[in-house]
Amino acid sequence: MLAFLLRRVMQAAAVLAVVGLIAFSMFRFAGDPVNQIVGPDTPASERAEIRRSLGLDDPVLVQFARYAGDVVRGRLGISYQFRQPVSQLLAERMPATLELAFCATVFALVVGVLMGVYCALRRESWLAGLFQAVSLIGISLPTFLIGILLIYLFSVTLGWLPSYGRGDTVRLGWWTTGFLTWSGLKALILPSITLGLFQMTLIMRLVRAEMLEVLRTDYIRFARARGLSTRAVNLRHALKNTLVPVITIAGLQLGSVIAFSIITETVFQWPGMGLLFVQAVQNVDIPIMSAYLLLVALIFVTINLVVDILYTVVDPRLRLSSARTA
Amino acid sequence: MSRSTLKILARGVAAGAVATVALAALPAQAANVFRFAFQGDLKSLDPYSLKESFTEGMQQAAYESLVTLDKNLKFAPGLAESWETPEPTRWRFHLRKNVKFHDGTPFTADDVIFSAQRVRASGSNFTTNVPADADFVKVDDYTVDMVLKKPNPIAIAQFPTWLIMSKAWAEKNGAAQPTPPNATSPSYATLHENGTGPFVVAEHQPGVKTVFKKFDGYWGKVESNLDEAVLTTIANPATRVAALLSGEVDWIDPVPLQDQSRVNASGTAIVMAGPELRTIFLGMDQDRDELKDSSVKGKNPFKDIKVREAFYLAIDEDTIAKRVMRGQAVPSALMIAPSLYDRGAEFKRPATDLKKAKELMAEAGYPDGFALTMDCPNDRYVNDEAICQAVVSMLARINVKVNLNAQPKAKYFAKVLAPAYDTSFYLLGWTPSSLDSHNILYEIVGCRKPGDKSGRGSWNLAGYCDPKIDAIADKVEAETNKSKRDALIKDGFDVLNADWSYIPLHQQALAWGVSKKVHLTQRADNLLLLYWVSKDPQ
Repeated sequence: MLAFLLRRVMQAAAVLAVVGLIAFSMFRFAGDPVNQIVGPDTPASERAEIRRSLGLDDPVLVQFARYAGDVVRGRLGISYQFRQPVSQLLAERMPATLELAFCATVFALVVGVLMGVYCALRRESWLAGLFQAVSLIGISLPTFLIGILLIYLFSVTLGWLPSYGRGDTVRLGWWTTGFLTWSGLKALILPSITLGLFQMTLIMRLVRAEMLEVLRTDYIRFARARGLSTRAVNLRHALKNTLVPVITIAGLQLGSVIAFSIITETVFQWPGMGLLFVQAVQNVDIPIMSAYLLLVALIFVTINLVVDILYTVVDPRLRLSSARTA
Repeated sequence: MSRSTLKILARGVAAGAVATVALAALPAQAANVFRFAFQGDLKSLDPYSLKESFTEGMQQAAYESLVTLDKNLKFAPGLAESWETPEPTRWRFHLRKNVKFHDGTPFTADDVIFSAQRVRASGSNFTTNVPADADFVKVDDYTVDMVLKKPNPIAIAQFPTWLIMSKAWAEKNGAAQPTPPNATSPSYATLHENGTGPFVVAEHQPGVKTVFKKFDGYWGKVESNLDEAVLTTIANPATRVAALLSGEVDWIDPVPLQDQSRVNASGTAIVMAGPELRTIFLGMDQDRDELKDSSVKGKNPFKDIKVREAFYLAIDEDTIAKRVMRGQAVPSALMIAPSLYDRGAEFKRPATDLKKAKELMAEAGYPDGFALTMDCPNDRYVNDEAICQAVVSMLARINVKVNLNAQPKAKYFAKVLAPAYDTSFYLLGWTPSSLDSHNILYEIVGCRKPGDKSGRGSWNLAGYCDPKIDAIADKVEAETNKSKRDALIKDGFDVLNADWSYIPLHQQALAWGVSKKVHLTQRADNLLLLYWVSKDPQ
């Protein structure tokens, strides 16, 4: 087990290093940061001096080595545009992204499972047809369009929900939360739906398919033959067995919900890490861009690692085979 | 979940509930709060860190300058009650008494002298605001002399954006120098302010929100009736418009062209439009002996004045203003906005003349045209890429095949600016930072020489050069008589137009979306100044 874990951690470190190198070699195509830092009056000689002092004239590999050395020592650098430590900026923005990702995932799971179960049990009803149609929209419409449509319906036309931002937040230590204020909760609704819609669709279709599969199996028929109530058969026996793959998918999707919240955050001006990243790209703020990409890679790698470990815990066959080969 | 975790959670929720109650209790005072959203961030509170009009406007809520600009862009007394020039090289400023910084310390001559050093120190973005050769001498606590090496009639032209900082505060907080871009530690002045202005920055989260509160110890009377102003960044144009229409914010900038009629039709908000000071123009490389990426080899067609004239005459600016800009642009005959030059109205833009343009091309030896690449930003000016596309199709009518290379500003400027000047044909916008024609004659069309550190021609990406212009610019700089000076400037612009040196297109329109509850002043330099903003109380 320990050897397996060590091997996995080393693989994860290698993935991070590769992500960092690829990101760095791509930054030179993003443009020149110096023109975003200085005003139009700055003479060319001063621009050249700034470029040199930021180390932007060095070869990519040298820049990368310097950056990697700093990261290993825990230094993520100073943002070019804000002149603030990147670690501090990311820490300030992280609660917003994580709360949004959490709400979106909860929304996707709850609504997705409910709709999926309903569609499987009442396949012929008109409501199931409607759910299927909605799920098609969720898969085919791009996120930013859904976000804008929701804003126009619920903010501009009806005036019920805010169109941007997090509302009032409450500070608990270094964490800021929107869960404890009325405006913070209202502000979470539209972005969570926008971000979670795709996952919801995915989960709904998965639950429906799995459920239909399970309902055809022998043990369900035996359960019926034993005279159990329909409710107990459907919810206790069928649904439970449906959920195993659903949980796996939802866990794996959590990483992409966090990473792809970029678009939702841009549409709703949600002050999270994704928005910070988009603004950094426009201004070629290399310290923020590299730190964000590393962080996202770290999240994916960690989630995969945890899932791998959980598999070996849950499924003894994996443990045995790894023990045999090790 | 263990019991202790539950306890911690419960405590957290309780603390949060208390905080919520506290928050909910505040607005009961019915403070007059102005909420406003801009497309970009207020990146730094340090008044010498970024020369960009929105940032300057925000900083002027908290900081003040010696000389300020009134609603018509004319000089007005700020922290200096009055000033005079006892000799051409000596400017004397009489400072206002009883002015306090936000931390309560009094404002004196020492702060002016300190600020004059700091603004010209390395890392400052405003080094040109105060003449480099100026010496600041303290006469007494409330009188300062600026001593120049040679007479300069526009020495204080950029004083309105040179904001005065407190010497004691900056030194105490280790912010005596501006933060350089390559700093390895954050600067105190980036996140905190201590000015003398009518508003205090109560909260500043860079890129998220900034809260301004009325400064009770302000020395003067303020036109604004606001208690508080909250700035939020909303980068997405559709969201920004939605926030205005739903009443969540009272002011947005900019309103996208396609949404302006909808805002006006909303009944709750209007678009305040007016010509901006920035001039959008096209430049043609007249420096290289052979254009980059052109079908013409061995020579540069733009060195032929007939080709330049043909390009000018083929581009139908009226159509660009009407169609591409949806009427939100004023065609320009000059490289400077007419409001910045009193004799600007004497210039007329030559009318589009396709027939003549074709003849000129034939005379120049290009009856079948030629091909070249055009560089264009796509996220810098209003509809910049669409303007370039229109130009491409208009030039196709005189058989010039233009390959459009439209890129984000970060890439565009890296390509076309010094040292590479890697462009044959490009679109650029320019506002003279001194609001004066000399800046155009010097920086945009002055001769650019390799290794020249003076800044002359630093934005002359086309490499156009006429020594007559340089001679005129030098005379303009030293001439103190206004009518003589204006005549000199006219000579300069006449040379420029006779050379068909550049193709000025238009001044784009400002477009603020403003709630009908709000009353404010819109100045052509596009600065939102909170001290002129009022809002009807609820």
